Amino acid sequence: MYGNAYIDPNEKPKSILDGEDPIKLAEFEARIARGEKIEPKDWMPREYRKQLIRMIEQHAHSEIIGALPEGTWITRAPGFKRKMALMAKVQDEVGHAQLLYSAAETLGKSREEMTNDLITGKSKYSNVFNYPAYTWADACIIAWLIDAGAIINQVANAKGSYGPYCRALDRICTEESFHLKYGHDNVVTLATGTPIQRKMVQEALNRWWPPIMHFFGPSDKISNHTEILMRWKVKMATNDDMRQQFLNMYVPKIWDLGLTVPDANLKKNEDPDNKSGGKWDYTEPDWDEFKRVINGDGPCNAERLAVRRMAEERGRWVREALMNKNEKYVLPLA
Amino acid sequence: MIKSLDPRITRENIEENYTIAPLVPMDNWETYEAFHQKKRGDQHMHVGIVHAPNPEMALLFAKDQYGRRGVTANIWVVKTSQVFCTEYEDQDMFETTPEKVYREAGGYKVMDKINKYKKEKNA
Repeated sequence: MYGNAYIDPNEKPKSILDGEDPIKLAEFEARIARGEKIEPKDWMPREYRKQLIRMIEQHAHSEIIGALPEGTWITRAPGFKRKMALMAKVQDEVGHAQLLYSAAETLGKSREEMTNDLITGKSKYSNVFNYPAYTWADACIIAWLIDAGAIINQVANAKGSYGPYCRALDRICTEESFHLKYGHDNVVTLATGTPIQRKMVQEALNRWWPPIMHFFGPSDKISNHTEILMRWKVKMATNDDMRQQFLNMYVPKIWDLGLTVPDANLKKNEDPDNKSGGKWDYTEPDWDEFKRVINGDGPCNAERLAVRRMAEERGRWVREALMNKNEKYVLPLA
Repeated sequence: MIKSLDPRITRENIEENYTIAPLVPMDNWETYEAFHQKKRGDQHMHVGIVHAPNPEMALLFAKDQYGRRGVTANIWVVKTSQVFCTEYEDQDMFETTPEKVYREAGGYKVMDKINKYKKEKNA
């Protein structure tokens, strides 16, 4: 489950192509323009490699960290069937992290380096997982709407240019279709249930709406940088476009259940003469809060990373006992 | 200490700021390439990798990772370091292969010749 790669808007994009071989660059761009994929050992510009590693790594970390707030609900899920389903979902998310770490590894960053960057707080992961899941309904809203957002992002990125990432995403999207249905089913159960259940799911939705609106990231500054990343099919859609697609697909489904969205300005602009006709109007999310939380000061950042460190530390002796000192690391093939 | 909504985490008494030694190279072992066969009679298909310290554990992880859902008949794993590949740089060596019509059934127009022969014979 993952929104969109967080790229620091203040990063200087000036030297992206400095020193790149113009002939190789032209061949590389022509290949992408023909719709062909780039494979691990192909020549690629430094910036392409750097941005892909950052993006795939953030995605992988998000799968791992995202499993933490959901995993805590396994023992408390109402009923045997829901426990089984949630366990399967959490297992899938961890499996997705493995697939994504593998894809990032093919670009030359080892899994150990990625884990180190996660537990020291150097690498980011999806901001939504820095918020707590207070009730069972929170876990249901995550499974439905956060997974829905993730699928929109992943379906878009699966058409990107880097072969290993596309293959991982194809597999992930297939598996996540059940997560979405499972989440929807749970939300429908609560929304069509007793007044207490309805109240619980509405409150969870109210809590999760701001993080959901943050999910795809701030509006892209249309810079040279964005333009190149889109030409290289690293970034497949702007953050705003993905947010619009999400609103278009899911707000009607939320309203259909008689639930409300805590944003008085949320409505579809149906005026065909307006340049934003067909798009959704909404209150601009609080991007200061987004920045504060992504930089470490959210309600759960400390807990998530501490739990991750604990898992790493307590498993270390097992990994060490099985380590074979004579083996040499080689990059995975694909 | 971390006080979590999840009582199991609170019980672990984890310090919020505790740091751990960084992972060293090969902490996560080497990689194996995994091949998955859906049903008997199908080809094994390359599906991805697993990190493992030995082939037995590679098979265990591959079973969890690639046989967790859907149908599986059989799984192979092979050390990444033991796979030998052609280079994409040399992809042009395959370029003319699709042009070799003499290697394809469609490259032989037998009926045309037969029909022509019959037509001439009966003329």
